[in-house]
Amino acid sequence: MLFRGKRERKLGDSVAVQLEGVTKRFGDVRAVDNVSLEVRDGEFFSLLGPSGCGKTTLLRMIAGFETPDEGRILIGGKDMTDVPPYLRPVNTVFQSYALFPHMNVEQNIAFGLRMKRMPKEEIARRVAWALELVNLSGFEKRRPDQMSGGQRQRVALARALVNEPEVLLLDEPLSALDLKLRQELRVDLMNLQERLGITFIFVTHDQEEALVMSDRIAVMNRGRIEQLGPTEEIYELPKTAFVARFIGDSNLIPAKAIEPRKVRTSLGDFVLDDDDALIPGQEVLLSIRPEKIRLFRERPSLPNVFRAKVDDIIYTGSENLYILLADGQRLMCETLNHDIQEPGHEEFDYDEEVWVALTPEKLVVIQEEGHA
Amino acid sequence: MREAATPAQRLRRVLLTVGPGAFWLVLFVLIPTLIVLVVSLMSRGSLGQPVPPFGLHNYVRFFSDPLFLEIIGRSLWIGLWSTLLVILLGYPLAFYIAQSRYKEVLLLLVVIPFFTNFLIRVYAWIVVFQKEGLLNAFITAFGLPPAELLPSTLAVYVATVYTYLPFFVLPLYAAVERIDWSLLEAAYDLGARPVRAFFEAIFPQTLPGLLAGFLLVFIPAVGTFVIADLLGGGKVTLVGNLIQLQFGSAQNWAFGSAASMVLMAMVLLGLWLYARTQGERGLDRLV
Repeated sequence: MLFRGKRERKLGDSVAVQLEGVTKRFGDVRAVDNVSLEVRDGEFFSLLGPSGCGKTTLLRMIAGFETPDEGRILIGGKDMTDVPPYLRPVNTVFQSYALFPHMNVEQNIAFGLRMKRMPKEEIARRVAWALELVNLSGFEKRRPDQMSGGQRQRVALARALVNEPEVLLLDEPLSALDLKLRQELRVDLMNLQERLGITFIFVTHDQEEALVMSDRIAVMNRGRIEQLGPTEEIYELPKTAFVARFIGDSNLIPAKAIEPRKVRTSLGDFVLDDDDALIPGQEVLLSIRPEKIRLFRERPSLPNVFRAKVDDIIYTGSENLYILLADGQRLMCETLNHDIQEPGHEEFDYDEEVWVALTPEKLVVIQEEGHA
Repeated sequence: MREAATPAQRLRRVLLTVGPGAFWLVLFVLIPTLIVLVVSLMSRGSLGQPVPPFGLHNYVRFFSDPLFLEIIGRSLWIGLWSTLLVILLGYPLAFYIAQSRYKEVLLLLVVIPFFTNFLIRVYAWIVVFQKEGLLNAFITAFGLPPAELLPSTLAVYVATVYTYLPFFVLPLYAAVERIDWSLLEAAYDLGARPVRAFFEAIFPQTLPGLLAGFLLVFIPAVGTFVIADLLGGGKVTLVGNLIQLQFGSAQNWAFGSAASMVLMAMVLLGLWLYARTQGERGLDRLV
């Protein structure tokens, strides 16, 4: 998987959007519950979470379609909490695109500029620029119902971007498209964002999409932010069991601290390499990604080693996914299918007894109060 | 896969599906219309019955007499204004019903007048408007002198608007129900203020319903004669009254037929103009 966070990205220090203790209730339900965050200028920021987690409501509050019950929303440093959507320097790409069916592509894109009473020649110039931007030159006179889903999506994008918003809000813009197209448009969107330097706030339930495209991700659950950080950190260092499970696959092993950097589990005692020392007696969860688990036929001279049995093998082409059983616990282990037979890269058969090694640096400790 | 039908099978299918409807239309629409057309080209017999010779003389008479042109003009004028009043009342009403929690009940209330005969409903307005009627009882209760409301053009307008309001509300309601409200948010998002956003994003979506409702009200409102007869007295003569008169006491079927054809031509002209503005799908939407 490709991480955008690993690329050199220069972001401004100024804050594009700031949320302060934003809460939105629908009846008794707290759709968004005391959310505070800052989105930096020029950032590709994702709100990621399952359906009903409040990510779309949060986006709609930034757009101005919903008013928060508590808290403040600042855009470009100005308090916009009670400013109606038509006066906010943001534009939205809607999930359903919401293109005007009675207008052709050109008229759709020109709409925002027309509302600003821009001169006709200037509108024509900018519409041409926006069409070029999304590779739709020549489609000026088409109506939305004469276009494919991918083309409509690009019209929606052009219609928003032509207004040169300070922040572009994208509400699951790729979810209605098929996989191949989605993957293409991901790259297009990333390039576009980099080229224009506009801040993107991107709502998605697709963790892969968020990982590929974002600079930073806020993972949301039940109206709250579970974890907010750079993409790589979200994946490598999940802070809650929810994040570990929701982003990619994860093995979660219940453990109890016996030393500041040593825990006891049903699989054995493991040493850790974590910055935060544990208090002996503390109950934690260990998280390790399937691709970070190493398997050996012969016992390796490594720390954190235990025996397990191969219960199932799932062949995905480029990878072998081993389902291991150890002391009644199921573990997933992913190995690249590159036909090299050397320690740590061997291939195993059903029911084979293997040695499992958990590298201390890859073991992530999840300290959570209550719900684990 | 089904095998291709033989010509005989295809003919049978067409006759079984389209046949009964087409037969009905030919028998009860096309043939009567042709009869009226033929009669309109004939002359008045000694007992009022149509007789040869054939000619365009009835049409010539109709269009050369300023009295008949005035009647046509008045019919169009009253029909148009009634329709505009219906739109003014019905347009917001359809929106209100569509977003109401009690829309089933409200729709029923719109339809309920149809449960009573049209003639009886017009008579009911006499009870309201007559000298010792409900309206005057209300007015005099405030110490004001009773108003002469019957017969009057006002009473004709009120009853016409009342009668045809459901014909406008129902097709418009169907259009309002189908509105994609996310377009309103899109318009806001792109900088349109509320009133502008409504006219840019929502109004165009109601246009098919609006035009359908307009025609459903305008066409019968122009041709009506009962309302003008009962509430307008002899003061308000519409083209409908004229036709009725020719077939009745004036005993000139040929001339009455010509007036009917003129009215029908005006209606078809309206339909044609509608179809032109709506393109090919215009008439589909109307039905």
